[in-house]
Amino acid sequence: MSLLQVGGLAVDFRVDAETTLHAVRGIGFEVPEQSSVALVGESGSGKSATALAIMGLLPRENSTASGRILYAGRDLMQAGRKEMRGLRGAQISMIFQEPMSSLNPVFSIGFQVGEVLREHRGLSRAASRQRAIELLGEVGLSDPATKVDAHPFQLSGGEQQRAMIAMAIACEPRLLIADEPTTALDVTVQKQILELLARLKAGRRMALLFITHDLSLVREIADHVVVMRDGEIREQGAAADLFRSPQDPYTQALLACRPTLAQRPRRLPVVEDFPASLSTQERTRGLTGEEEIILEARGLAKRYETKSVVKGASFRIARGKTLGLVGESGSGKTTIAMMLARLQPASGGEVRFGGRDALDVPRMEYKRRVQIVFQNPYGSLNPRFTVGRILTEPMLIHDLGAGEAGRRAAALELLRRVALPESAFFKYPHEFSGGQRQRIAIARALALRPELLICDEPVSALDVSIQAQLLNLLQDLQDEYRMSYLFISHDLAVVKYMADEVMVMKDGEIVETAGSDEIYARPRHPYTKLLLSSMPGQ
Amino acid sequence: MFLAVTAASAAGWIVRDWGAEAGVSYAPPGFLGAQTRSSASVERDRGTAGKQDDYGIVDPLAPDLAEIAKTLSGRSSSQARAPTLAFGGDKWGRDVLKKAVKGTQTSLFVGLAAALLATFLGTLLGAQAGYYGGWVDDVLNWFYGVFTSIPYLLLVLAIAAVLNEKGATTVILILGLTGWTGIFRLVRAEYLKHRVREYVLAADAVGASGMRRMFVHILPNVSHVILVQLSLHVVAFIKLEVILSFLGFGVGVDTVSWGSMLAESATELLLGKWWQLAAATLAMALLVTAFSLFTDALRDALDPRLK
Repeated sequence: MSLLQVGGLAVDFRVDAETTLHAVRGIGFEVPEQSSVALVGESGSGKSATALAIMGLLPRENSTASGRILYAGRDLMQAGRKEMRGLRGAQISMIFQEPMSSLNPVFSIGFQVGEVLREHRGLSRAASRQRAIELLGEVGLSDPATKVDAHPFQLSGGEQQRAMIAMAIACEPRLLIADEPTTALDVTVQKQILELLARLKAGRRMALLFITHDLSLVREIADHVVVMRDGEIREQGAAADLFRSPQDPYTQALLACRPTLAQRPRRLPVVEDFPASLSTQERTRGLTGEEEIILEARGLAKRYETKSVVKGASFRIARGKTLGLVGESGSGKTTIAMMLARLQPASGGEVRFGGRDALDVPRMEYKRRVQIVFQNPYGSLNPRFTVGRILTEPMLIHDLGAGEAGRRAAALELLRRVALPESAFFKYPHEFSGGQRQRIAIARALALRPELLICDEPVSALDVSIQAQLLNLLQDLQDEYRMSYLFISHDLAVVKYMADEVMVMKDGEIVETAGSDEIYARPRHPYTKLLLSSMPGQ
Repeated sequence: MFLAVTAASAAGWIVRDWGAEAGVSYAPPGFLGAQTRSSASVERDRGTAGKQDDYGIVDPLAPDLAEIAKTLSGRSSSQARAPTLAFGGDKWGRDVLKKAVKGTQTSLFVGLAAALLATFLGTLLGAQAGYYGGWVDDVLNWFYGVFTSIPYLLLVLAIAAVLNEKGATTVILILGLTGWTGIFRLVRAEYLKHRVREYVLAADAVGASGMRRMFVHILPNVSHVILVQLSLHVVAFIKLEVILSFLGFGVGVDTVSWGSMLAESATELLLGKWWQLAAATLAMALLVTAFSLFTDALRDALDPRLK
């Protein structure tokens, strides 16, 4: 018999008096003993609501759950609060996406790990501390005897997630639920955490319910895969079968719409294309060396007080081409984007733009010719402005377009160009989804017809199917307007798809620059090799 | 969602009418009535010696009786003093209700104007300090430090001495010039937080000037803080006007305000005459509630996310 059996589970959230959100609509799956099951879906698919329902952590005020959740034969839906509290942490435990916000910042790691033991096992303070040190060692934290007294902010993201895992496994649970445990982490750290989870699962004979939006991770960790969309299960089966021959068009689309290192189609397939035949035509990338150089940086540097964030970066961006910039968090990618967009002054080096020193170009002219798209579509649009105002403001500032009516016509044209309805003109940003907002941000950048567009992780905050649509849009726009892109991302596959030339950055230095095909086929720098080998599913 | 919009803006309108018109449209008749009556009765009182008779009220709990008495006495002679008034009268026989209504005009005007001045100063300086940082922030913080380090009453007395004039304008200036500090601090903090937000960077990237980013982009996003401060300061300033009146720096003796009413009621209470205090307190409580509701509704109406 399976450890966990979920049957006919439905979760509703009351939004207000009239609207009810059906987050989960009657799903059923099983988690056998000592197996790992992956729950895959994009945002809004109901995967996290399912996890919360199993843990009995759904907010009581505005949600209702129905159906059966059998854990070792006991229906958790019928269990009282006290019984659930006994189970949580001891039998079933959970790790969350954001380790920083899941750990209490005012207590030491050791105290928080020990708390679980004191609560469920009744251990004394000294004994729980001793056990916490052992556990922190087990999850691969270096020097656990010292780190046990560290507070969360003193640890890196990976170390925090390890501490969370130590807390989760402290009472030797039989089921571990991991809700996007690596999404907030760098790719090299992600690999380590996945290996750790696999090792713990085997060593401690736990079952693992792994929740993620990323199918490529699933390939590494799961025996059994459940694909969810809009609160329903689209497909489930053994991982090997599902990856070899996906049956459901949505699963097929999810697998195909993520760019891979192996091929570079002219367009990425999107969900709407399925089921359909895919064109196999490839796009050729790379520079011939004869392109006009629109921007050249020499020894570009940025220091904050004593800390050097960017240490002398030199690169060239060709007209109509894309320069990819890859690096992990803290490598200085965004700082380069800020300096090139003249949002932050550089502390050293030189930038030549269109043959002139960039600092000699008047501010307004430079800002018209160089635009930027930010990572977070929720933060980059002023919440108090309508979309129409957001789009017409750049034109107003630069005195472009023929009067109010002309600017309005131009804004409507921009909306059409990024595939948004004209009715969007009068709406506010909060009425749109993440992908739509990023389209608005792109339309705003396009309003000035820039020659260089800096894209700072433009698709990182979006679901994979939306990612594919936006990457296609950016590519179409480049083909149409011959813009140059500086494309920044931590995702090697996305960069490979978009870029003609790729730079790899680490700790403020550019460690390798090469043609897009060259760098993936024959990486020279050890860090590039490490990045490539850490990519899931390769 | 549409219903919520209508409700929010409707609430805003209703509350606005409520708060504003109570002070303006009703005040002048009340003021005139009270004035004529008081000047008449003062003259009369000078003639007759009996101080005790000057308290013209008998029973505030019987408005019907008072009404009858008033019409009766009004018919016999228009200048005659009514023995009872609906809400009682003060030392000079002036109608407390009318005083309270007239006081609304002064107090609301003083409170509102002073709070607007303080909020304007605080927002302007706070925006500059928070947005530009660096030496601008240092200079303004130093200025703020100087202001807050002087004991409050000393500062008030100093400004009063410099202006050397009594009246509503002086009170507004005193309160406005001394009250901006707290708002400055809060607005500065909000600007510090917002200036690094991506939407502000995006505005910079499309070439928006510093002033434009400060007041077109950021200001609407911090307006909720400013509105709450505004409503709190209106209330605080109305109370402060009492202290100023008590110290003799308030509005002149020829005008009535809640502050002066409260100041008078201190001595009256000893004689067991509580109604002036009650009327002023009640009026203040009503205004404070109404004004809070108004700013709340305004805040909701301005936030597109709540529509």
